[in-house]
Amino acid sequence: MNQLAIMGAIEQGLLFGILALGVYLTFRILNVPDLTVDGSFALGGAIAAKFIIDGTNPFLATLLAFIVGGLAGAFTGVLHTKGKINALLAGILTMIALYSINLRVMGKANLPLLREDTLFTYVKDMGIPNLAVGGVTLLSGVAIVFIVGVMVLKLIIDWFLHTDMGLDLRATGDNSKMIRSFGVNTDSTTIIGLALSNGLVALAGAWVAQYQGFADVGMGIGMIVIGLASVIVGEVLFGSSSIFRVTLAVILGSIVYRLVIAIALDQGLNPSDMKLITALIVIFALTVPTVAKGIWKKQAVRTARGGSSDA
Amino acid sequence: MLNITNVNKVFNAGTVNEKIALRNVNLHVKKGEFITVIGSNGAGKSTMMNMISGGLTPDEGSIKIDGKDVTRLAEHQRAGLIGRVFQDPMAGTAPNMTIEENLAIALGRGKRRTLGFGVNNQKRELFREQLKQLDQGLENRLKTKVGFLSGGQRQALSLLMATFTEPKILLLDEHTAALDPKRAQLIVELTEKIVERYKLTTIMVTHNMEQALNMGNRLLMLHDGGIILDIPDEKKRTMKPQDLLRAFETARGGESFSEDRFLLT
Ligand SMILES: Nc1ncnc2c1ncn2[C@@H]1O[C@H](COP(=O)(O)OP(=O)(O)OP(=O)(O)O)[C@@H](O)[C@H]1O
Ligand SMILES: [Mg+2]
Repeated sequence: MNQLAIMGAIEQGLLFGILALGVYLTFRILNVPDLTVDGSFALGGAIAAKFIIDGTNPFLATLLAFIVGGLAGAFTGVLHTKGKINALLAGILTMIALYSINLRVMGKANLPLLREDTLFTYVKDMGIPNLAVGGVTLLSGVAIVFIVGVMVLKLIIDWFLHTDMGLDLRATGDNSKMIRSFGVNTDSTTIIGLALSNGLVALAGAWVAQYQGFADVGMGIGMIVIGLASVIVGEVLFGSSSIFRVTLAVILGSIVYRLVIAIALDQGLNPSDMKLITALIVIFALTVPTVAKGIWKKQAVRTARGGSSDA
Repeated sequence: MLNITNVNKVFNAGTVNEKIALRNVNLHVKKGEFITVIGSNGAGKSTMMNMISGGLTPDEGSIKIDGKDVTRLAEHQRAGLIGRVFQDPMAGTAPNMTIEENLAIALGRGKRRTLGFGVNNQKRELFREQLKQLDQGLENRLKTKVGFLSGGQRQALSLLMATFTEPKILLLDEHTAALDPKRAQLIVELTEKIVERYKLTTIMVTHNMEQALNMGNRLLMLHDGGIILDIPDEKKRTMKPQDLLRAFETARGGESFSEDRFLLT
């Protein structure tokens, strides 16, 4: 497999790591399955592309994507908590609504950014050299900048989840009855969590649009599953014993996911097969630990019964 | 400290499942009183507790805590005044969070949430101090996830979390019922120690008549949605479980106390 493909996979893995962080916030911290993601990812791309083309500073355009994504998440949160709509359905409703809204924002189905100054052209212009050891390129200069950016985001999230407000958010997902008895409005924490999550997802969408050089109305399709794949693979491979560790794990999970996809493509599979591969990865990551635990338990029981039975 | 006035609650009104859970309940609790509540299954004990905590809203009547009308306040809006321990040891703590994080949430009861660190060294010192009185060695396990603790330990922690910020009212709804006798005894002793220490105004529901007589300084018996007995401290001290049963029969005008409806222990 060629180095360029690997380097590209790592760069993408880092950007989609932001998506994974967002999905982690709802799926694991709030314990709410949120399907807004597909819509808010494309929303982030659409907002960033539209504003950049209209001459807005790319930093500002990206920040706007984050904020508007947050509003989309808050909308799902209000539907779920105040409107008492089932969380899955609330997410689907926002996602569907966003499809039309994204088309409105972009004005057409695809917005190219090739001639524009974007965050990505800034990063490339920084001219950071590739990191090579003994002639083998390990990381592109772009990836090094991405690592710094994603790590800063990760640390901010770590910090937030350890503040008073962050503790409330975590307790809302962990035991909502308990946290209400301590005076916390769980409707608010749920809405805040969904807003933050979708803000991050839209931020990822904004970055990806600038990285790939276009925003597309369909760019969000399947993002929830990719986010889940990253979270689950990350947790299985890199552990989830603490917040600090698990936020790192989901980013690494995202990189692993991209590498697996790159390998699958290298083996001659079609890009259109990747959704299937993604689903298989999630199924594999979800079932293998359970099955492995079962086998391990059976063996432990056998040992406890006084030595192995096949002796 | 607590005034419940003419409170009524009907579930599923107007349907075949209509159930009158509370009938015209009046209760006035003085500061520092420790009330034990007994009554048969379905008597309305939990419903009354939920009215006070805000989990349920009365159909009629009013509830005042420390002079403040809380009848229409949501549960989270009045939580600053009330500490609660639930029957289920899993219900009062967040299992995937550490002991210190759980305590930090308890410490913030009813206060505005900020973006300051939830746990800092100063708070840790306080938590260690507080955990010592549980005698469970938890003061050395601040960073352990609560899910790893035993049911008894979790209930002890719940009790501490409900009380160490000195709420106006402490509500205990069968908080020892899910524990084995030895652990239950431990929680009983802890409850007495903590209530005494902070002079907490307490309402404790129990199915155990001995417990109801031995603990606290006032005893209520609920039946069919109403308070049918209200026994003051002096009288309560002299009573035995048989006397309670007799008092019940007198209050009900001769209806005998069917034992299957009243778990005797
Ligand atoms: N949410 C509800 N919907 C309908 N009926 C309810 C509801 N909650 C309680 N009830 C009914 O109200 C009555 C009083 O219930 P409550 O839980 O207060 O009894 P309790 O005295 O706590 O009993 P136990 O000793 O079994 O805990 C019962 O008949 C119960 O079935
Ligand atoms: Mg009850």
